[in-house]
Amino acid sequence: MKLSSVIKASVVAAFAAATPALAEDALKIGVITTLSGPAGYLGQDVRDGLQLAIDMEGGKLGGVPVELVVEDDGLKPGNGRQIAEKYMNDEGIKLLTGIIFSNVAGATVPDIVDNGAIYISPNAGPSNLAGKGCHENYFVVSWQNDALHEAAGAAAKKLGYTKAFALAPNYQAGKDAIAGFKRTFGGEILGEVYTQLGQTDYSAEMAQIRAANPEVVFQFHPGGMGIAFLRQYQQAGLLGTIPMVLSEPSTDAVVLNAVGEAAIGITATAHWNRDFDNESNKAFVAAWDEKYDRPITYYASQGYDTGLLIASALRQTGGVDDIDALREAIRKADFASVRGEFKFGKNQHPVHNWYQLDIVAGDDGKPVAVTKEVLLENYGDSYADQCEM
Amino acid sequence: MILILEQLLNGLQYGVMLFLLAAGLTLIFGIMGVINLAHGSLYMIGAFAGTWVATTTGSFWLGIPAGLIAAALVGFLVEATVIRKLYARDHLDQVLATFALILIFNQMIILIFGRQPIFTPLPEVFYGSIEIIPGLFYPPYRLLIIAVGLLVAVGLYFLINRTRVGMLVRAGSTNRDMVRALGVDVRLLYTVVFGLGALLAGLAGYMTGPILAVQVGMGEDILLATFVVVVIGGVGSIKGAFVAGIGLGVVDTMLRAFLPTILRGFMAPSDADAIGASVSSMGIFLLMAIVLLIRPKGLFAAGG
Repeated sequence: MKLSSVIKASVVAAFAAATPALAEDALKIGVITTLSGPAGYLGQDVRDGLQLAIDMEGGKLGGVPVELVVEDDGLKPGNGRQIAEKYMNDEGIKLLTGIIFSNVAGATVPDIVDNGAIYISPNAGPSNLAGKGCHENYFVVSWQNDALHEAAGAAAKKLGYTKAFALAPNYQAGKDAIAGFKRTFGGEILGEVYTQLGQTDYSAEMAQIRAANPEVVFQFHPGGMGIAFLRQYQQAGLLGTIPMVLSEPSTDAVVLNAVGEAAIGITATAHWNRDFDNESNKAFVAAWDEKYDRPITYYASQGYDTGLLIASALRQTGGVDDIDALREAIRKADFASVRGEFKFGKNQHPVHNWYQLDIVAGDDGKPVAVTKEVLLENYGDSYADQCEM
Repeated sequence: MILILEQLLNGLQYGVMLFLLAAGLTLIFGIMGVINLAHGSLYMIGAFAGTWVATTTGSFWLGIPAGLIAAALVGFLVEATVIRKLYARDHLDQVLATFALILIFNQMIILIFGRQPIFTPLPEVFYGSIEIIPGLFYPPYRLLIIAVGLLVAVGLYFLINRTRVGMLVRAGSTNRDMVRALGVDVRLLYTVVFGLGALLAGLAGYMTGPILAVQVGMGEDILLATFVVVVIGGVGSIKGAFVAGIGLGVVDTMLRAFLPTILRGFMAPSDADAIGASVSSMGIFLLMAIVLLIRPKGLFAAGG
C-alpha cells in the first residue's frame, strides 16, 4: 500500500518534471521518428536538432511558441501511420515531421498530406514520393534518396576511376543505392553484390572484392552493418590497397567514431559537414557542442534545418490556421540553411550542393571528415521532371 | 583454389562463433527445458562490458575476463530472479518473459552507453593480414577467433565427458526427471549450466567486437542463426552444436561467395545476382528443413 503510493507519487513527479511549463496556446508540431533499436540515434539526433532550433529562439519558432509532440515509430510503417492519425484526429496537429526511414514514410506521408496536413521530411526522401507521387503538402529538407548515391558516383568518376565494385544490402534502399551510383559513375561495374540485411560477417564479400581487383569500391551499408563492413575491409588488408568511395550515410560522425582508423583514407560525399564555414552553421555547431557531449551528425543538421524552415514560414503566417498561406511560405525556403545555399525544386525537394569530403586522422588520431570541394553544384534530383504540380 | 580455401576459413570462423553461442543455448534448452530468447542479450552484455574495460584500461586482453565475468554474473542473476520461476511454466510463458528481458537489457544499455555503436580497440599485432600459404592472405584476428573457438570446444568436450559436473549435465539432458529423482541438487546444476552458457555468450560477444558493430540489438541479429544451429544439431547436444555450427557457417559463407558466380554461368548477371542473394539468405533455413525431414530431432539429439 505504502510502496504503491510512493511509486505513484514519484511517477507523477517525474511527469511533472519532464513536461516544462508551456503556454496554453503553444503550437504543436507532431514528430514521428525512430528512437528504438540500433538506428535509434538517427531519430534522436533529428529530434534534438529540431529542439535545439526551438531552444535557441527561447521556445519559439518564427516568434510563435511551439511544442514538440514526439513518438517512436519503432521502424514499423504501421506504427508511423497510427501515430500520424492520432496526431491529426485527436490532437488537431497540422504540421508533422520527423520520419527517418523510407518504408515508414511511404506508409505514413500519403495519409498525412491527403488529410490536408503539411509534412516536412527531415531525412527520408523516397523516389516514389519525389516523382509522380509528389504532393503540394509534402516538403523534403534533407535530400532525395538517390541523390546521396549519385554524389558518390560523381566523386568516383571525378577521381578518374573506371572500374568499380558495388555492394549493398538486398532491399529497396540498397538497390536504389547501387542504381544511383551507376547513374552518375558511368564506368564499368566489375561486380554487383547484394548482401543480406542485418548481415554481420562480410568475409565472403572481401574475398570476392580481392578476386575482382577493381579500381574503386562503392558500398552502402547503413548503421552497424557499415561499421562491421569497414572494420573487416581494413582487417582483410584491402584498406589502402583498393580505394573506397562512400555516400553520406556510411560516414556520419557516429559511424566514424565506432570505426576508428579503419575509415582513414576513404573518400566520402555529403551535403553538410561540421566544418562548413557559414554563420548559420557556426551558430548551430557551437550550440550543439554546448548542449550535448556526443558527436554532431548530419541528421542533427537536418533536424535543425527543419526547425529553421518552419520558423521562416511561421514568421510570415503567424500560425497554421491558413494551410494555403503556410504552404506558400514554406515554399519560399527563406531561411539560412546550415549547408549554405538552399532552395526547393519543382517537386519541393532540395536543390543544393554536394561536396567531396576526405576522411583524415584528426589531432587525436581519430578520423574526421574534412570538406574538400564542391562536387555537384545546385543539384536537384532525377525525379523532379516526373512531378506534375 | 586459394579463394575456396579462404572462404572455408571464413566459414570456419563464422561457424565457431555460432558454436560459442549455440553451446550455451542448447544446454539451457536441453537440460532446463527453457527457451532463452535473452541469450543474445548476454552476448551483447559481454561485448559492451569487455569493450568498456578495454577502452578504459587501453588493453584488449583485460577486456576478455571483463566480458566473461559480466555476462556470467548477469546470467546468474537472471537465472536466480527470472528463469528459476519459469521451469514449471510452458514455453509460451518462457518466450514472453525472456523477450521482456531483451527489451529491458536493450533499454539499460541505451541508458548506460547511449544509442551510438561503440568502438572496440584491437591490438596492433592483429592489424592487416598475414600470408598463411603462398598467395593466401588472412586477417590474424580471425585466426585468433578460430583458435579460441576450437580451444573452447576441446575444453567443453573434457568438461562434459570427463568430469562429474559433465556427467550430471549429460544425465540432465538425457532424462531430467531421473536425475532429480536420484537426489542430485538440480537447482545448483541449473545455475551452473546457465552461468556457463552466459559465459560462452559473453566470450562470443567480446570476440566479435572488433569485427562487428558493438551496439544495442546486436544479439538479435545473430540469435536466429543460433537457434537454427541448436535445432539442426539436436537440442541438448554440445557435439551437435559444434557440428551444426561449423557446417552452417561454411554453407552460409560458401553460398554467399559462390552461388551468384555459378548462376551467372547460365543466366543474365542481374538475375543471377538477385536470385543468388535471395537463395543464399535462405540457405541455412533450407538446410534446417532438409535435416529435419531426415532426422526430426536433429543430428545428435540427446535423450529419447
